[in-house]
Amino acid sequence: MAYLFDSPDQRRKMLDAIGVSDINELFRQIPAEVQLQRELRLAPPCSELALQQEMELTLGAPPGPVPACFLGGGVYDHFIPAVVDELTGRGEFYTAYTPYQPEASQGTLQAFYEFQSLICQLTGMEVSNASLYEGGTAVSEAVFMAMRVNDRHGKVVILGSVHPEYQQVVRTYLAELRTEVVVVPAKNGVVDPADVAAVVDSETCAVVMQQPNFFGCLEDIQSMTDLAHKAGALAVLSFDAISPGILRKPGDYGVDIAVAEGQPLGTPLQFGGPLLGVFTCRNEFVRKMPGRLIGRTKDKNGKDCFVLNLQAREQHIRRDKATSNICTNQGLIALRATVFLAVVGRLGLQQMAELCHEKARYAAEKLTQIPGVTLRFSQPFFREFVLSTPEPAADVLSKLAAAGINAGPSLARVFGGTVSTAANTFGISDQDQCFLVACTEKRTRQEIDTFAAELRRILQS
Amino acid sequence: MRNTTATRLLFEMSHPGRGTQIFPESDVPAAGSHIPPIPATMKADAPPALPEVAEPDIVRHFVNLSTLNMSVDSHFYPLGSCTMKYNPKRHERLARLHQAANSHPYQPESQIQGLLKVLFELQGMLAEISGLPAVSLHPAAGAQGELTALLTAAAWYRHKGEDRRRVLFPASAHGTNPASAALAGFECVQLSAGTGGFVDLDELKKEVDARTAVFMITNPNTLGLFEKDIRKISEILHDAGGLVYIDGANMNAILGKTRPGDFGGDMMHYNVHKTFTGPHGAGGPGAGPIAVRDFLADFLPSPIVTHDPSRDWYSLTTPKHSIGQVRTFFGNVGILLRGYFYIRTLGGKGLREASENAVMNANYLLSQLKDVLEVPHGDRCMHEFVASAKNLKTRTGVTAMDIAKRLLDYGYHAPTVYFPLVVEEAMMMEPTETESLETLDAFAQVIRNICQEPPELVRSAPHSTPVSRPDEVTAARKPVLCWSDCKS
Repeated sequence: MAYLFDSPDQRRKMLDAIGVSDINELFRQIPAEVQLQRELRLAPPCSELALQQEMELTLGAPPGPVPACFLGGGVYDHFIPAVVDELTGRGEFYTAYTPYQPEASQGTLQAFYEFQSLICQLTGMEVSNASLYEGGTAVSEAVFMAMRVNDRHGKVVILGSVHPEYQQVVRTYLAELRTEVVVVPAKNGVVDPADVAAVVDSETCAVVMQQPNFFGCLEDIQSMTDLAHKAGALAVLSFDAISPGILRKPGDYGVDIAVAEGQPLGTPLQFGGPLLGVFTCRNEFVRKMPGRLIGRTKDKNGKDCFVLNLQAREQHIRRDKATSNICTNQGLIALRATVFLAVVGRLGLQQMAELCHEKARYAAEKLTQIPGVTLRFSQPFFREFVLSTPEPAADVLSKLAAAGINAGPSLARVFGGTVSTAANTFGISDQDQCFLVACTEKRTRQEIDTFAAELRRILQS
Repeated sequence: MRNTTATRLLFEMSHPGRGTQIFPESDVPAAGSHIPPIPATMKADAPPALPEVAEPDIVRHFVNLSTLNMSVDSHFYPLGSCTMKYNPKRHERLARLHQAANSHPYQPESQIQGLLKVLFELQGMLAEISGLPAVSLHPAAGAQGELTALLTAAAWYRHKGEDRRRVLFPASAHGTNPASAALAGFECVQLSAGTGGFVDLDELKKEVDARTAVFMITNPNTLGLFEKDIRKISEILHDAGGLVYIDGANMNAILGKTRPGDFGGDMMHYNVHKTFTGPHGAGGPGAGPIAVRDFLADFLPSPIVTHDPSRDWYSLTTPKHSIGQVRTFFGNVGILLRGYFYIRTLGGKGLREASENAVMNANYLLSQLKDVLEVPHGDRCMHEFVASAKNLKTRTGVTAMDIAKRLLDYGYHAPTVYFPLVVEEAMMMEPTETESLETLDAFAQVIRNICQEPPELVRSAPHSTPVSRPDEVTAARKPVLCWSDCKS
C-alpha cells in the first residue's frame, strides 16, 4: 500500500499517453545489469492497525511507573504546554518546505521572523538565524564563522567545561583542517581565566565557553570574553536556553556569537533528536552567518512581508564558497520554540528558570545530607550539579534506575565512555564516582525526596 | 474573509500583565546558604523582554499564519528535488509513543530496548535498500550526511596512508555537494555539464587521479536522468583508488528497482524527509543517514546500534576507528522513526510500487507538457524532469519565475526554478507518486493556460496571494531581521 491512486484503467491511460506498454519500460534507462532482479528483502507490508498495535508494544512505556527524569547534559525533561503540539501539528506548517516562494509561505516566513525576534530578546544578541541542527553543530558553525570573521585558522580555544559531545563535534568537523583545538581544563568545576589567557594568542580565532558549563557550574564569562577580545579572538558562548530567565543573557557579556541547544523550548526529548540549534551573533557579522535568515521587506504593492534574506551566503547560490553546507534545517522545531516562548512569555520564562533553580538547590541539599554524598564542585549552579558518591557511579545509577529514578550521565560515560570519544580533559581523578543531577520545573518535591531516600538506601545496603 | 489583525507580530500583540499560568508555585523549601547561591553579578536584572500575549490570541495568531502557507496537506507541491509526497498521519501518532517521544539520550539502555530494536532494524532496512551494508543513522540532514561520508572517507584514506584532497562533482550537482566538500577541507573540482545531461567520461578520466578522494554524483541526476554510464564512472574512480558518493536526494525514483551499492556507489545518504515521508516541517528537521561499503564501516560516526543475539540485547557502540560524532546524541530519531514506519507500512513491494508510480507520474506530466514547454533532455525521465521556459521567454518575455508565480494564483505550489544551473530558465517538476491523474491533468492544463495568457498578466503574477513579489533587493541591502530593528 504505497498511498497510490491509480486504478487499472487510469494507469493504462497514463502509460498510453506516455507511449509505453508497461511501467518497466520507463526503467530502461537503468542498465539491465544493475537492475534489481528480486524484491527488496524487507518485512511484509503492515496495516495501520497492525503497526499501531505492534509499536505500542515495542515503543510504549515499559510496565510500571515511568521513572522520574533527573537526567541532564544538554537536553532536559521540560513541560510542554498543549498549545505547542496543537499549533505545530497543523499540516499547513509541518507539510510545507523551505519557503522558497514567499507568496506561498508567509505563514512560515513570519513565524521564523518571530522566532528570530524572540531569540534576539532571549539572548540580548542582535541577530539570530532561523535554526541549525542542534547545540553541537551550532558550536562548530560558530568556530567556522569566527575563522571567516578574523581570518585566523591556526587555533581554537575551547574550555574543558564545554559539553564533551560539543567538543567532540568540533574536533570531527575540524579533522581535515589544520586548525589546532586547544582545550583548557577546568579546576574545581570551572575554568580559571588566567589559564585561558595563557593559551589565547594572535592565531586564535575564538574562545568557546559554556554557561552554565557541562558540570552545571557558572563560569566567569565576562573575564574570558574580555581577554578573547584583547587578543582579537571572538568570544563564543553556548548557553542554557532557559537560563536567561534568571541569569545574565549572552548579550550582557558582550560575546560575539551565542549559541544554544533549543530543545528546552518546547521540544520533547526524542532520544536526542530532532533538536534545535540556536545561533545568534553581532549585527556586523551577519553576512558571514551560517543558515537561513528571514527578513522583513515590502512587496510590490508596499505591503509588509517576509522573505528568505541574504541567500547569497547559502550553498544553493554560493556552493563551495557558502558560509555553511546546511540546507534542510530544524524549521518545525524552531516553530515549536516560537509558540513556546510566546505562550510562556516574559514572566513564565522567569518562573520556569526559578523553579528549575530552586528545585535543583533543594535536591542538592537533600542529596548531600546523605553520608558520603557531596557536591563535587563547590560552585554556584543553575539547574544541574555534579554529585559525588562513595560507590561507582555506574552502579549507583543503575540501582537508582531500578528504583524509578533516572539520573546522570556519569562523568565517566561522557568523558571517554561509550557515547563520546572525547578525551578526558577535565582532570579529576574520581570521575567514576561522579554523575550529573538535573532538575526541571516538572520535578516534584516528592520525587526529589524519593531520590534522596533511594540513594541513601542504595549506599547503605 | 482573511483575518489580517491576527497576523500582527506577537510583539505588537503584547500587553503588560497578559499571559497564561503555565507553571505551579514552587513546592520545595528554599535551600540553605551552604548550597552556593548565584552571585548577584551573574543574575539578570530582569527577565528577557519576551512578549506577553494571552493564549487565545496566540492560537488565533498561529492558526491564521498557517493559512498563509501552501503545504502538501493543502496543495499540489511539485517542488523538484524535494519529493513533496503525502506524509501519512499515522506516523505522527506513532512518533508520540512513550519511548519514541520521551526517551532521554542518556537514559539507561534497559529502558529503551524497544526503541533501540527499531533503530537497529532501520539500519538493516537502509542497508538492504541501498545495497551498502554499513549504516549510520547519525546525520541530521542530507547535507550533514554528505559531510559525514566525506569525513569517513578521509579517515579511511588516512588509515591507509593516502593523502587525497580532491572531491569532484558535475556541474548539475546540488549546492550542498561542493559546500560539504569545502567545509570538510577538500579541494572542489567541478566538471562541465557534460553532454545530453550525462557525465562526460573523457573529462572524468582526465580529472581523476591519485589525488582524487571522492566523486559525488546524484543518481538519478538532477535532470531526472539515470546516469547510463554509472558503472563505467565507478570503474574509473575505483581504478584510480577513489570512491563514489551517491547523493540520495533522488532515491524516490529507484526503490527496489536498482541499488547504489549495485551500480558502483561506495557511500550514500538518504533524505528520510523526502524518500520516506518524514514531513518537511517548513524547512526541517530532516534526517540524513548514510550507508557505506563494509571496508568503511569501522570509520563511521559514533554511535551505532548493535545487537547481541545471545542476550537479545541492543546497545550503542562506537566503531573501531570512528571519526567521532558529527552532532550531539544519536540522530534525528523522531524523523528516522517516521521513515521506519513508512518502510514497515509498504514493505519491499510497496516501496517498488511507490517508485514505479513516481516515475510514471513524472513521465505522464512530461508527456502532457512537452508541447508547451521545452524539455531539453528528452521525453523520458525518472521521478522528475526539468522543463525550460527559455523559448517562451524569448517569445514573450515570460520567465520560469513568472510561471512559478502565476501557478500560485491557480492554487499550485511552484516547481523548483533555476535549478539545476545547467538548464536555462529551468523548472524542475517532481509530482511524486501520491498525486492522482486528475491532479496531474488539472496542473498540466493550468500550465498550458498560463503559456497562452497575456504576458503582462503572467509577468505581474501572483495576483491572488496575500503578498506579491517582495522586494528582495532592498531586503538584502538593508536587512531587517528582527522585531526591534523594525521599531528603530
